[in-house]
Amino acid sequence: MPITDTERKTIIIRKEEKDHNCYHCGTPCITNSIAIDDKLFCCEGCKLVFEILNENGLCDYYKLQSHPGLSQIKPTRNDKYAYLDNEAIASKLYSFTDGNNTVVTFYIPGVHCASCMWLLEHMHKLNEGIVESRLNFTSKEVTIRYSQNKISTRQVVELLTTIGYEPYISLDDAERKLSRNYNKQRIYKLGVAGFCFGNIMLMSFPEYLSTDLGIEHQYAFLFRILNLVLALPVFFYSASEFFASAWAGLKQKILNIDAPIVLALIITFSRSIYEIATNTGSGYLDSMTGIVFFMLIGRIVQERTYQSISFHRDYKSYFPIAVNVVTPTGIETRNLQDLKERDIVEVYNEELIPADAIIIKGTGRVDYSFVTGESEPVTIETGKMLYAGGRQKGEKLVVQVLKPVAASYLTSLWNHNAFTKDKADNNNRDSIIHKLSKYFTVILMGMAAVTAVYWAINDPAKILPSVSAMLIVACPCALLLAATYTNGNLLRILSDNGLYLRDATVIEQLGNIDHIVFDKTGTLTQDSNRYSFKGHQLSVEEKGWVYNIAAHSSHPYSKALVNALGIYPASGADGWEEIAGKGVKGRVGANSIWVGSKAFVGIDDMPDGQPAAYIRINEEVTAFYITPVFRESIPQMVPLLAQDYELSLLSGDNNRQEKTLQELFGRKSVLLFEQKPLDKLTYIEHLQQANHKVLMVGDGLNDAGALQQSNVGITLADDINNFTPSCDAILDAGQFGKLPSLLKLARSGRYIIYFSFIISILYNLVGLGISMTGNMSPMIAAILMPLSTLTIVLVTTGAGSLMGLRAGLSLKSK
Amino acid sequence: MSVLYILVLASIAVAAFFLAAYVWSVRNDQFEDNKGAALRMLQDDEPTKQ
Repeated sequence: MPITDTERKTIIIRKEEKDHNCYHCGTPCITNSIAIDDKLFCCEGCKLVFEILNENGLCDYYKLQSHPGLSQIKPTRNDKYAYLDNEAIASKLYSFTDGNNTVVTFYIPGVHCASCMWLLEHMHKLNEGIVESRLNFTSKEVTIRYSQNKISTRQVVELLTTIGYEPYISLDDAERKLSRNYNKQRIYKLGVAGFCFGNIMLMSFPEYLSTDLGIEHQYAFLFRILNLVLALPVFFYSASEFFASAWAGLKQKILNIDAPIVLALIITFSRSIYEIATNTGSGYLDSMTGIVFFMLIGRIVQERTYQSISFHRDYKSYFPIAVNVVTPTGIETRNLQDLKERDIVEVYNEELIPADAIIIKGTGRVDYSFVTGESEPVTIETGKMLYAGGRQKGEKLVVQVLKPVAASYLTSLWNHNAFTKDKADNNNRDSIIHKLSKYFTVILMGMAAVTAVYWAINDPAKILPSVSAMLIVACPCALLLAATYTNGNLLRILSDNGLYLRDATVIEQLGNIDHIVFDKTGTLTQDSNRYSFKGHQLSVEEKGWVYNIAAHSSHPYSKALVNALGIYPASGADGWEEIAGKGVKGRVGANSIWVGSKAFVGIDDMPDGQPAAYIRINEEVTAFYITPVFRESIPQMVPLLAQDYELSLLSGDNNRQEKTLQELFGRKSVLLFEQKPLDKLTYIEHLQQANHKVLMVGDGLNDAGALQQSNVGITLADDINNFTPSCDAILDAGQFGKLPSLLKLARSGRYIIYFSFIISILYNLVGLGISMTGNMSPMIAAILMPLSTLTIVLVTTGAGSLMGLRAGLSLKSK
Repeated sequence: MSVLYILVLASIAVAAFFLAAYVWSVRNDQFEDNKGAALRMLQDDEPTKQ
C-alpha cells in the first residue's frame, strides 16, 4: 500500500522529534537554540549540568544510559538553602562530624538509573572538598563525606541541586536520626538457628537409623552431648523473642500464640536434658531447633519491609526545615520549631506556609489542596489570614505568624486521640490467630489433664513421659507457621500488584472491610478539572470582558471560569452586580455581559449536558462546562465495588460535581462535600460506632486524620516513593483499578489460614494419638515435624498464589 | 573408628566458619542495597592519569 502524504508527514515529524530531545534529560526541545556542538538542550539548566560534567571529564554519565538526567526546567531559588549556613540547623543533619570532616546522608528522590549512581559516586571530581560519596540505590540515600574547611554543607546541597539531584530535606530528618538496625538481630538469630539445626540433624541421624543403639555407645553419648551444646544458643538466643512476646502477653493477661509455643519449647528442652543426663534417650532437640528455625523464617517472610517507602509520616515530613525570618538586623534563617508568634516570615513561590499567619505584603494565591482537598488555588489579599500547609503560587509573601507551628490549624489534627493509638497493636489483638490459639491452649490443657488422669489410674510411671510428649507434639507452631507463611505470601502478591502494606496485620483487617470511603480530589480525580465551552466561540477580546466580570465574584464557578480563561488585563466593568445563587452581570464598554444560571442569562434552548454556567454577551450565548477528570480506572471500578461494599465519598471540594459523582456511585452511597480534615475523621468514627469496618482511600495530608481513624487507611500515590501521609498501606495509583481484586485476595487470606490450620490439627491428632499411647519415638517426631512444616509451607503459598490468580492478579514480580 | 572424633569436630568447625562469614556479611551491610551492587559493577574504571 502506498504511503499517503499525511502519513509521510507524521513519519517525518516523528523522526525529527526523536532528534530534538534534550541531550541531558530527553525532554523534547521547544526551541533548538540552546545547544553545544550538535547536542540540543531543553533549557539552560540542562545545558549547565552538561557543561559542569563536561568540564570535569564526567561525560561517561551520558554513556551508561541515554538522556539520564532530570529536567531542569523548574529553576530553584538562589538562597533556598541559605538556612544551611546556620550551623545549629545544619548540624542536625550530620551523622558524624569532628568540626571538619563531616558525614551527611541525604534522601534523593530523583535517583533512578545506573548513570545517577555513577555521577553521585563521582562527586569528588566536581569539588575537591568532597572526599567520598556512596549511594544506597535501594533506599535512594547518598552518604557524603566532605571536609568543611573546603566546602560548606550548603555548597554540598547546592552542588547536588545543580547537577540535578536535589536532596529532600525536611523537618522530619532533623528530629529523627535514622536507625537501620531494625531486624538485623532477627537475621543473626536465624543464622544461628539454621547452623545449630543443621548440625543437630546430622548428629541425630545415626540415632534415627539404629533401633537398639547400633552405633557404638561412646559415639552415641558424644553426639547427644554435642546436640545439647548446639541446642543451647537456639533455646537461649534464637528463641528469645518468643519468650519476650509470651511474657509481655502474660503481663497484660493475654494468652497470645507465643505462650503455648514457649511452653512447648521449655518442656521439650527440659525433657531432652533429662533424657540425655539419665542416658535414657536422645531427646527432641532436632525438632525443637527445627521449629525455631522455621518460625523465624516465617516471621522474616511476614515482616518484609519496603525500603524507601515510609508509612509513618506526619505533617513534619512536608514542612520545610527552616524559614526566613525578617528581623530588624536583616533576614535570619530560623528553625521551624523556634518560630514564635509575631515573627515576620518570607514565603516564596512554591513554598509552604509554615504556620497560621496574616499577610503583610503581597497577594496570596494559595493552593490548599494539602489541607482541605479543595483543588482550586485561592486568592488571598493583604491583611487576610493564611493557614499553615497552604502552598503559595506566585509572588513573594511577607507574613506575620499568629500561632507557633505545633498549634496551627493543620497540625492540631495530630493532637486528636486517633493518633495516640497503636494500630498494629490493636490489629494484633483482634487477629484470628490469637483467638484460635486461646481455644487451642485451653483444649490442649484439658487433654493433657485427661491423659494424666488416665495414666495415674493405669500406670503412674507413664504420666510424665506421655503428658510431656503430648505438649511437645501439640505445640501450635503449625498455626503460627500457617499464619506467617500465608501472610508473607499474600504480602508479596499484593506488593507485586502495587499495594504495599505497612505490616502483615493489615491483611486481616483488609479482609474484614465492609464500607469504603473515598476522598475525591487527587484520589478519584486527577488534580485538575477539564473546562470546555459550547455555543458561541469567544474571541480574545470577549474573553477579556468575561474575565473582568467573573474575576470579582467569589463563586466557585466564577473562579473556575477565570481559571479556564487565563489572565487578561483588568479594565473594570460598569454596573457590576452579583445576585447570590444566580450569577453576575455587568457592562464592558457598550457590551452587556451575563454569567450565571439559565434563567439568569435569560435563554431557554441551549446544548444540555449540564453546563456549570452560561455566558451571554449581548445576544450571543456560550455554555461553560466543568468536567472532573477521573482516574482511568474509576468508571469501571466504582460500580464493581458498589456490589460488595457500601461506599461513601468525602470531598473537601464544593458540590459542583455532585450529579456526575452520584451517577457513578449509585443512589445508596453517601456523598458529602466541603469536608474539613476533622469532619472526615468524625464521619469515619460514626461509621465505626455503627459497627462498620471502614477502608479509607485518600491521598493528601487533609485525609491524614481519616486514614488514621479508619480500620485500614490506603494512600494513593502516583509515585510510591513520594511523600504520603501516615497510613496502613500505599497503593500505586496506576494499579487503582485492581483494588477490588486486591480486597478479594485479602479476604481469602483468612480461609487459607483456617485451611492450613485444619491440616496442622490433623497432623497433631496423629502425633497426639501416638504419644497418648506412650509410643512416641524421636524418629517419628523427627519425621512428623518437618513433614507438617513442609505441608503447611506448600499449602499456604500454593493456595495464596491460586487465589491471587483467580482474583485476576499477576504473580510475576517486577 | 576414633577418626570420627576428628571428622565431627572438623565438620562443626567448617559449619561454624560459614556461620561466622554469614554474621560478618550481615554486619557489613552487604544485604542493605541489593540493586546498587549490580549497577556499580557496570561502571568502567577511571582511566589512569598519565
